[in-house]
Amino acid sequence: MSEKFDVIVVGAGPAGTSCAYTCAKNGLKVLQIERGEYPGCKNVMGGVLYRQQMEEIIPEFWKEAPLERPVIEQRFWMMDKESAVTFGYKGLEWGMEPYNNFTVLRAPFDQWFAKKGVEQGVLLVNETVVLECIVENGKVVGVRTDRPDGEVYADVVVLADGVNSLLGKQLGFHKEFRPDEVALTVMEVINLSKDKINDRFNLEENQGCTIEIFGDSTKGNLGTAFIYTNKESINIGVGTTLSSMIKAKLKPYDLLDYLKTHPMVRPLMEGGESLEYLAHLIPEGGYHSVPKVAGNGVLLVGDAAQLVNAIHREGSNMAMKSGKMAAEAIIDAKKRNDFSESSLNKYREALYDSFIMKDLEKYKDAAHVFEHYPQYFNEYVPMINRAASKFFTVDGTSKKDKQKQIMRSITGERGRLKVIQDMYRAWKAVK
Amino acid sequence: MSTKNIEEKQYLIRFKADTKSHLTVLDHDICMTKCPDKICTIFCPAEVYKWEGLRMQVGYEGCHECGSCRIGCPYQNIKWEYPKGGHGIVFRLA
Repeated sequence: MSEKFDVIVVGAGPAGTSCAYTCAKNGLKVLQIERGEYPGCKNVMGGVLYRQQMEEIIPEFWKEAPLERPVIEQRFWMMDKESAVTFGYKGLEWGMEPYNNFTVLRAPFDQWFAKKGVEQGVLLVNETVVLECIVENGKVVGVRTDRPDGEVYADVVVLADGVNSLLGKQLGFHKEFRPDEVALTVMEVINLSKDKINDRFNLEENQGCTIEIFGDSTKGNLGTAFIYTNKESINIGVGTTLSSMIKAKLKPYDLLDYLKTHPMVRPLMEGGESLEYLAHLIPEGGYHSVPKVAGNGVLLVGDAAQLVNAIHREGSNMAMKSGKMAAEAIIDAKKRNDFSESSLNKYREALYDSFIMKDLEKYKDAAHVFEHYPQYFNEYVPMINRAASKFFTVDGTSKKDKQKQIMRSITGERGRLKVIQDMYRAWKAVK
Repeated sequence: MSTKNIEEKQYLIRFKADTKSHLTVLDHDICMTKCPDKICTIFCPAEVYKWEGLRMQVGYEGCHECGSCRIGCPYQNIKWEYPKGGHGIVFRLA
């Protein structure tokens, strides 16, 4: 492999493929390198894919992409040991074109998406690890792979190598991430018949549902669990920051089994058998953890650039959008034949001007706040459950008196001032 | 709903293990003397790390390549690389 490319994309997840696809479609010569046997075989995501950013790359992709179900209902549970306060939104408009989001299984989806890139002219090479970026005179000029004579050169190298971006670290764009900047998440795919899923989740043909669970799903630790409906299976998973996992000495697979057998969850899973067990890190450091994203001859996209909005479980959409914006900056740079940092910084500007960085900035302190004040997960969720139980139990007490009792018991447990402080702090973190 | 222990969960996954480990404990003395919790044996989602009294055993063949051990080891005592191209874990679904 001694020929020179316009672009080398490292990684064939959603970020890398969006970038490779867009570059190739605009006539650039693109090499995409994937370390797995096939695209998707190293990738894990809860399973919700948003339509908008994918459609910006492949219009009406839902007509041919391997998708599971369009999501028409999103539920949220604040779960205690034997109860849950729930809310959510169900809207039939999400079940019709152009849709909001879909559940997907990544291994088939990523393979399909990468194939679309190949159809545009991307040269996709699987089973190849990029060991390092080749840097000459302060400029990235190519990559060294684990193949014999595996040096390849290009004007621009795009790092789409995921949460464990050893290449971004090699270039000094970021340090090793701290345990509180990543979430360790494990999940299982449980097979369950279409009819059972439709009955248990109150769905009809080709309708999907997602449930995000806070509180006892992580035994009160900072983190969430999720249940997503596929065609004939369910994705169930749970994650906490790695720091919480360490501090509470949790075994992630035990936490997952705790969730699966929780009395609020078990009836949904009854009779299902595990098909696969998966673990992955999610980069959840947010705004403050986003590294340098553009350098001389190099760009960072997707998880490698820490582009995840943990509060809204968005990531793959940001990956796709960032990959596309990186491609646009490269196409532009190609016209000027200038691949310097200042030229490629167009990508950085576009990124910071987009919803991606605006959303990350909005929540820039949220993870920090919830990590340092665990009461939101381990005290308020049980409190809200007790309050709801009290309020809805008919025992001859007037509703007005019940409200008073509830307020008294909440402020009594933590103190009125503390409750006000906590509420103000949470509001500030997400406002 | 039947739950499976971690060994059984690991049987659900396809691995294409290399003959050479991509995970290396740099200094076994550190695990022995400085790390009473052996925390990697707890948080690793695939139970790759097992303390066998004197040494840390590394079952790299069952590694999910998640990176937690590299980031979570309190002594940065784990050298973490990607397995050789095409090797390691092969997820089929999500």
